[in-house]
Amino acid sequence: MLYFSKLRIALVSLVTIFFIYIASSNFQDPENSLISKRINLGLDLQGGSYLLLEIDNEPVELQKLQNTTTVIRNFLKAKKINFNDLRIQNKTIVFTVPKNDNVLVENFFLDKESEINPYYNQYKSHQFDLSIKDSEFILSLSKYGLIEIKTSSQDQALEIVRRRVDEVGTNEPNIIKRGNNRILVELPGLDDPMRIKSLLGKTANLTFRFVTQNNNDTFGTEILQFEDGMSEALVSKRIVLNGENLLDAQPQMNNQTNETVVSFTLDRVGAKRFGKATSTGVGKQLAIVLDGKIVSAPTIQGVIASGNGQISGNFTFQSATDLALLLRSGALPAPLNIIEERTVGPDLGQDSINAGVIALMIGFLLVIFFMFFKYKIFGLIANITLLVNLFFLVGILTLFGATLTLPGIAGIILTVGMAVDANVLIFERIKEECKKEKNNIIAFDTGYVKSKTAIIDANITTLIAAIILFFMGSGPVKGFSVTLAVGIFTTLFSVYFVARMLTGLYVVKNKEKEKLI
Amino acid sequence: MINFNKFYKLFNLISLSLVIISILLLFFKGLNFGVDFKGGTLIELRANDKNINVTTLRQSFGKMNLGDFNVKKFGNENDFLIKIEKKDTSAIAIEIIKKELTSSIGGSFNFRRVENVGPKVSAELLKSGVIAIALSLAAMLFYIWIRFEWQFSLGAILALFHDVIITLGLFSLFSLEINLSIVAAILTIVGYSMNDTVVIYDRVRENLRKFSDIKIFELTNISINETLSRTIITSVTTLLALVSIYLFGGEILKGFSLAMIMGVVFGTYSSIYIANPILVKLRVSQKTILKEDGE
Repeated sequence: MLYFSKLRIALVSLVTIFFIYIASSNFQDPENSLISKRINLGLDLQGGSYLLLEIDNEPVELQKLQNTTTVIRNFLKAKKINFNDLRIQNKTIVFTVPKNDNVLVENFFLDKESEINPYYNQYKSHQFDLSIKDSEFILSLSKYGLIEIKTSSQDQALEIVRRRVDEVGTNEPNIIKRGNNRILVELPGLDDPMRIKSLLGKTANLTFRFVTQNNNDTFGTEILQFEDGMSEALVSKRIVLNGENLLDAQPQMNNQTNETVVSFTLDRVGAKRFGKATSTGVGKQLAIVLDGKIVSAPTIQGVIASGNGQISGNFTFQSATDLALLLRSGALPAPLNIIEERTVGPDLGQDSINAGVIALMIGFLLVIFFMFFKYKIFGLIANITLLVNLFFLVGILTLFGATLTLPGIAGIILTVGMAVDANVLIFERIKEECKKEKNNIIAFDTGYVKSKTAIIDANITTLIAAIILFFMGSGPVKGFSVTLAVGIFTTLFSVYFVARMLTGLYVVKNKEKEKLI
Repeated sequence: MINFNKFYKLFNLISLSLVIISILLLFFKGLNFGVDFKGGTLIELRANDKNINVTTLRQSFGKMNLGDFNVKKFGNENDFLIKIEKKDTSAIAIEIIKKELTSSIGGSFNFRRVENVGPKVSAELLKSGVIAIALSLAAMLFYIWIRFEWQFSLGAILALFHDVIITLGLFSLFSLEINLSIVAAILTIVGYSMNDTVVIYDRVRENLRKFSDIKIFELTNISINETLSRTIITSVTTLLALVSIYLFGGEILKGFSLAMIMGVVFGTYSSIYIANPILVKLRVSQKTILKEDGE
């Protein structure tokens, strides 16, 4: 019925005022308003950087295979099994054993308690899949073994990325996992991600290794280039010390040489090893190797037992600061590749906001004029509803702390255009009913009832599109689907509560009038 | 009352040829995929120096050995959009471009926007875009099937196909860029066009129940006419909002709003001239509806 109790009128008014207040709190000084919630601006509106990083797990997998190969070798030796040809080939471990040992070896790999091939209870599967051809054993990482590797390197990488980004000190970075080998980094307000990108692009794997002259080092040797690319040196594969032993690293000016250096402090184990290495290696060159390149290779002058040291190497203050930061935050488990980057400068963001607001106002005015011209008093009611709807929409986005993007603003404007649809459907229906029915109140009532199914169906179809968009879309487009979906609910609410009440009050007052609409 | 049904055949023929032309265009000319779907780098550059123009930028970028690239004006007098197709543009490349650009045209410019999408991501985005559109069509088909009868569902979905394909055909014809926001626009078109169709269908169903002696050919015409003023008013208000986005919403939203404008126009048209003739073709009658009610 079109009669409304005073309570209902009061409730609807209260809800409306509440949302007007919430929506307007976005434009107030946060200190003075009761509600601390705000609509967040997306990176495309406030400016900032979006980086999608992919972890290159291949080195980790290879490392895993190498470690396992060592374990297998030791194990087979311990069991005195006469194995042959143990090697890594196409991401698998291959070896052969004498035929009569087959079953014995097989059991070691398939045992639930197996130390060589751990069993994951949660997956009901081993780390390695085993296949046996004659007496040739082929071990390859199982699906779940790969997942284990991926998730653990993703967890580690996430932590390191977070530390590095935090150290740079950008405001409110958002760092989250994506899938099982990606990390999403959102950096609001950052318009030049160059420094972060170069920081994240480095694994920061630090090792201290002796430079040798001859090839017959027991651990093997390799030729490594210096960072400047000009020269190279033969370096032992034996690692004296690595980045894990570092407690702290800081950029510093060396007073004597007037050079920028990175000074570091080692933990207890590191200090011990460093002391031992420097005492036995006086006169030798110790190469400081970062990600496969020699930063510098100073000659050891004397024993360093304090666990403090310096890395020199043609640093500017900036590069020394960055190196210190990388060393403090630790090494990444695997290299990261930036596979997607989107950066918006703050001035473009502001321009987008301005353009969006202007488009919204003009669109709103056009729709309002059109509706008023078309429906007069009822147009006015539809327009009031539209305005209230906008407040509802902005208010709900505020309450949820939703993120507003440029397509999101487009979604609001589109809602303005489409929101009048429900009212139009109702008004047109009422017009039809008025032709048949003399009693205005009954005509209005039937108008509301009969238009209902069309309105619901029509809105659900748009809602379906919005929901699919929400799950399939990314970033800014997601913001569009959110405003579109919320807009549907606020539209239905404002049409059935606010507009219905206003039309009700008006019709009841003018029930004798002919040609009401 | 306007006799829409007099032109069913004519417009069906026109629609059919438009759809065929669109498919041919999509097949032979293809779509102009943006960085989102093709991979590569996009730079929006603002020059603060009047001497910088498309020609000087083209020369500067030409020297950098970046492979295929494209420079064009972007809205404002001194705003430019540079698209580089090279797929392996690594993270550092942007910095190198900036440096080389500074040395060749001076430092009076800034990068307002940089988008760098790797080939893997772009392939994934394209895939999920296609899935999203397919999924939305399927969801609509299903929804209308539940709410109405299969004949209605088929009519609605053909109308949707018509709108989506012709919109894409126009994008192909004018080589307009397809990016993520266009996919969003197409999904919204799907929702909007459906919305329009549903309102008319709802009236057709109501009239089917009311009149047993009126043939579907006439009945669709009556229903279209009864809902016509609503159809027009809603289309007009939606178009007003969209035109406002197109004209004042900034360069970034231009493609999106243009796609939506096309979609609304086709959606309105197809609700009348595709969705309804299908009901006629499928000989929908009161029985079709009553069967549903009886169950």
